[in-house]
Amino acid sequence: MKTTFLDFEQPIAELENKIEELRFVQDDSAVDISVEIGHLEKKSQELTKSIYSKITPQQIAQVARHPQRPYTLDYVKGLFTGFEELHGDRAYADDAAIVGGLARFNGQSVVVIGHQKGRDTKDRQYRNFGMPRPEGYRKALRLMKLAERFNLPVLTFVDTPGAYPGIGAEERGQSEAIGRNLFELAQLRVPVITTVIGEGGSGGALAIAVGDAVLMLQYATYSVISPEGCASILWKTAEKAPEAAEAMGITSARLKTLGLIDKIVTEPVGGAHRNPQQMMVSLKKALADALKPLQDKTIDQLLEARYERLMAYGKFKEVDVA
Amino acid sequence: MSWLQKLLPPKINKTREPGARSAVPEGLWHKCQACGAVLYRTDLEKNLDVCPKCNFHNRINARRRLDILLDAEGRFEIGAEVQPVDILKFKATKRYADQLVSSKEASGEDDAMVVMQGSILNVPIVVAVFEYNFITGSMGSVVGERFVRGVKAAIENNVPFMCVAASGGARMQEGLTSLMQMAKTSAALTRLTQAGLPFISLLTDPTMGGVSASFAFLGDVVLAEPGALIGFAGPRVIEQTVRETLPEGFQRSEFLLEKGAIDQIVDRREQRQKIADLVTLLSRQPAVATAN
Repeated sequence: MKTTFLDFEQPIAELENKIEELRFVQDDSAVDISVEIGHLEKKSQELTKSIYSKITPQQIAQVARHPQRPYTLDYVKGLFTGFEELHGDRAYADDAAIVGGLARFNGQSVVVIGHQKGRDTKDRQYRNFGMPRPEGYRKALRLMKLAERFNLPVLTFVDTPGAYPGIGAEERGQSEAIGRNLFELAQLRVPVITTVIGEGGSGGALAIAVGDAVLMLQYATYSVISPEGCASILWKTAEKAPEAAEAMGITSARLKTLGLIDKIVTEPVGGAHRNPQQMMVSLKKALADALKPLQDKTIDQLLEARYERLMAYGKFKEVDVA
Repeated sequence: MSWLQKLLPPKINKTREPGARSAVPEGLWHKCQACGAVLYRTDLEKNLDVCPKCNFHNRINARRRLDILLDAEGRFEIGAEVQPVDILKFKATKRYADQLVSSKEASGEDDAMVVMQGSILNVPIVVAVFEYNFITGSMGSVVGERFVRGVKAAIENNVPFMCVAASGGARMQEGLTSLMQMAKTSAALTRLTQAGLPFISLLTDPTMGGVSASFAFLGDVVLAEPGALIGFAGPRVIEQTVRETLPEGFQRSEFLLEKGAIDQIVDRREQRQKIADLVTLLSRQPAVATAN
């Protein structure tokens, strides 16, 4: 598949086009220009590295939403074996914006839950752009409880612009569904590891993201509101999204400094979509490394640590009051 | 200037500043924003800021809410020592640090939550109340921490916990830390549940976003004031997303009751009795005497 380049990646796109042209020439040319191609490829790599070394938060948000970025089901295929998808909330519907089921991780049974976006127009609509409705969160909760019952670790993958703001979603209790998951995840009696793989959009992300370890891909974002949403409220115009992205601190590097995530998983040069295989290898290792110490703990130790970790969120000062 | 304005003598022809009120002294009268009835402010206050003509529930601040709910004797504040900091050095059109100062001046509170331990009709309880006038009652680190300290106090003293919500949602000026307050407050409630203590959640106008989507609906009993706007997404966001006009009364308390989202709608003037009745029922205590 041809790589889609973002606006700030245009110099890379031009170079890649040139390489493509040369390859085309190479095919029916007597002169060997493979050395030249190799040279340009190296240059493209270096250019990508250099552009990505100066990447801004808003540009990272673009990479996080890249149409070719691996989604949950890609990771399910790449990291697990024997995936058995389980559908439905048993009350209303099956929400395609959240997928989940049983799988094996390095041979071990686990429960996998994640937001799912669509690849083409039809698929995007089917997945509702990865924006879950209450039934999606209730399906997720059902799978969490299933994991608890059979003592299976839960691995969640976060990639959503946010919970769906629709009439039906409100009628069926979007707020309650999200709040219930926060409450249940806080005391779920199995290890829970969350990985933010793309967009970590607000409460809609958090509803499957409370756990014992939070990993984040290098160019993923995680924020309380989208940069566009924040800008339109606080600056009165969505055009200030780059400023909002900067101000809120939505990137993995910033969030790690703030102590809100545990580990950054490095992405291939130019983002996960440029080399999905390499991404799978490094995420698989990171997940295995995160899971091991959690499984060494007793369940009471695990829950106590999780509780203390949740209680530690927040920065404030304490003063003497008379 | 139109010909009519030119004709009028200058005394009458004084252009009114937009928003300027008539000659009636500020504060003596109140015009109900729902029914338009002109009321004596003292009458309105005696009626707990509920319009005597149409029952419209005006928004009230946190301390007044606590005054209305709690018995006058034996109350003390929890978590006042917790004070806000500007974690991100956040700046939009205003600096968050400045906003904290101006909001304190405007509301008289140092953040968007006041927690008190006390009693309702002699039934001991801890009550956390949102201050909407402080940055639209948004939940940041201080709100989260005061809420948690309130829950802990309830557990230590073996008394029920109640929260009165009035909030626009998470405080985005604190970035992701504010989102984590949703997880923090909800997690604290797991301990209250384990201690077998009731959590009463009272939703007032408005209860939206991250507050709505965390502890607000985790109440063992969820109550709402009449006509309150309660929901996850704001009506404007929904309208822009679905490109439809929202149904009449959408996201109002009455709508939520019909959809099965809340247990009861309770008039402000009956809340003390209602809450005392509910918590004594839940904690298997004898009934309280009827309030006069």
